Amino acid sequence: MSFPLRIERRLRQPWWLSAAVPAGSLVVAFCVIALVLLATHHPVGHTFTRLLDSAFGSRRSLESTFVSGTPLAFTGLCAAVAFRMNLFNIGGEGQLYAGAVTGAGAALVLGGVPGPVSIAAMILAGAAGGALFALIPGLLRAFFSTNEIIVSLMLNYVAALVLDYLIFDSLSYWRDTSTPDARVFPQGKMLPAAATWPGLHVGLVVPLGFLVAIAIATIVHVLYARTRFGFEVRVIGDSPRAAAYAGMRTRRKILAVMALSGAIAGVGGASQDGDFRHVLDPKGLTQAGYGYTGIVIAALARYNPVAVCAIAFLLGGLQNAGYTLQGADFPSGLVGVMQGLILFCVLGAELLVRYRVRVDRPSHRPGPAAPVEADAS
Amino acid sequence: MNSSILVVVLASAVTYGTPLVYAALGELLAERSGVLNLGVEGMMLVGAVMGFWAVQHVPGSGPLALVVAVGVAALAGTVMALIHAFLVITLRASQIVSGLALTIFAGAGGLSAYLGNDLSLAGAPASHQFNAFLPSGLRTAPVVGPILFDQTALVYVSWVAVALAMFYLGRTRLGLNVRAVGESPAAADVMGINVTAYRYAHTLAGGALAGVGGAAFSLAITPQWVDGLTQGAGWIAIALVIFAFWRPGLVLLGAYFFGAFSGLPFTLQARGVTIAPELFQALPYVMTVLALVLVSSAGARRRLGAPSGLGVAYVREER
Repeated sequence: MSFPLRIERRLRQPWWLSAAVPAGSLVVAFCVIALVLLATHHPVGHTFTRLLDSAFGSRRSLESTFVSGTPLAFTGLCAAVAFRMNLFNIGGEGQLYAGAVTGAGAALVLGGVPGPVSIAAMILAGAAGGALFALIPGLLRAFFSTNEIIVSLMLNYVAALVLDYLIFDSLSYWRDTSTPDARVFPQGKMLPAAATWPGLHVGLVVPLGFLVAIAIATIVHVLYARTRFGFEVRVIGDSPRAAAYAGMRTRRKILAVMALSGAIAGVGGASQDGDFRHVLDPKGLTQAGYGYTGIVIAALARYNPVAVCAIAFLLGGLQNAGYTLQGADFPSGLVGVMQGLILFCVLGAELLVRYRVRVDRPSHRPGPAAPVEADAS
Repeated sequence: MNSSILVVVLASAVTYGTPLVYAALGELLAERSGVLNLGVEGMMLVGAVMGFWAVQHVPGSGPLALVVAVGVAALAGTVMALIHAFLVITLRASQIVSGLALTIFAGAGGLSAYLGNDLSLAGAPASHQFNAFLPSGLRTAPVVGPILFDQTALVYVSWVAVALAMFYLGRTRLGLNVRAVGESPAAADVMGINVTAYRYAHTLAGGALAGVGGAAFSLAITPQWVDGLTQGAGWIAIALVIFAFWRPGLVLLGAYFFGAFSGLPFTLQARGVTIAPELFQALPYVMTVLALVLVSSAGARRRLGAPSGLGVAYVREER
């Protein structure tokens, strides 16, 4: 083919590339976003300034960014933990709901016990709920090699319907049925005061959930970088065949990683109950699409758990700005478009890290193709 | 007799299955050429919103406007698929992550919502929609009338599309080449088949069909625009391709099977069944999971029919 560009694998990757390329692709992404805005007659500069302003511009906006970023840190970790092993759990959304249900359940059952006990119980219950829900696709994948992408995704829809059912269409334990009014306008029971997670006040309020997420990220980082378990997970992710020959137990790892991944999302659900909503709130939980944004975050962080928390904060800012600005000059849907474009650019630029692109000068173009070598596969 | 529950359910299976037929057929073509596109949901939604926009703005008679609208929907789906194709074929990005990115970019809360907002499409009913058009004598015929003849043109076109796909993949040189590209791109390349061109063509065709599938929602089933109109149909379509062992004929059957479950909540509600609607609404999703388990656990283990080259970028220098 006489195409003047050639793509060759890099033999050595310069150290600065792995930082320069993502940064460069972010710049490209924002250029494309500017084009989208221009094409639809929105003022570019104005939109970007308002975006930055309402995401990071003031103390109040930073606090709301933490509120939006907290669930994203959990779903981002959920995706990163599983994706690292090439296990595509995209059920973070549903696992977060499951954790919200069990977390709220624990808080309601325990009632007026002291705060720390209640909070610990909510975290544990949330983790258990998320892990159990994630084990459905996990078990199916491990024992029947059923495609975990589709199963975990289908379960997101099921979990959303279960949430609706618990509050709107049944007299479940989570639903407030104490007054006649609450019976007509269905809503969840208020959680006891002891179940309110205290924020950390450092000039601004950082939700406890975000700190929990950072703690989990640190644990996961150590687990994946420093333990035998993490080593095996990475080997299975990079080369399942090599792992099998080395006698690693892939099936157990699938179950363990799925459970871990779901448990993290589940704690995110409990944090929703305890940090922000104080009630099992189906509409609020299902509207935001935390799980899907978590996938974007995990991919942008290249599955590095510590980077996940940082990027969750940044994309939390974007989401928060999306809510605040929603209206004529910041149409809903723009947030998804921006996330998608950023991800596309980062994905595409990945090529530049692994390969180099060469321009063939006509005079240097090689002659007829070299003889075909024997097929290695 | 025509109002018996079985006939009503079967008729709604065909109605609700039709978008799935288009979308799954498109995904099947892409996967047969070796490209997994998890962006079907996003492509369907962009097709749905653009098709709806076209039907509101194209002047002229109903049939003409509808044909143009379907064309616009197909084009919109193609453009979405082009992003994926460029990323995974030319830039060799991970097909799974790129497909997910496409759904996030284009799907509910993404470009389709943005366009729906920006073109202010929500709230108004479609100015034209696909209706059943056969003579009423046929449509009211016992049993087969409601199921087969009281349907829109999109249903009949989908049958033609399935037949064409069967013929194309099974009986034509081009179709056999596609299968070669999907099974073993290296061998196909040695035979002189342009792997890149085939993969691009079929990924784009898949996008066009997904766009039409989306338009089947916004122009026929629920002729209006709502954000997230397809409610996961794109994902069911992807499952359907696995469920159908990558065979077009089985896609048709499978689509109607899932269509029956998608239509069931409405049918039962209309009949005053008082069980919580959520339980019925969960059925299509639960059935998808069960069907997948069945397919992956039965003698069908080791991916009966899955193209061997599926999901892997082809790099000539590294074969």
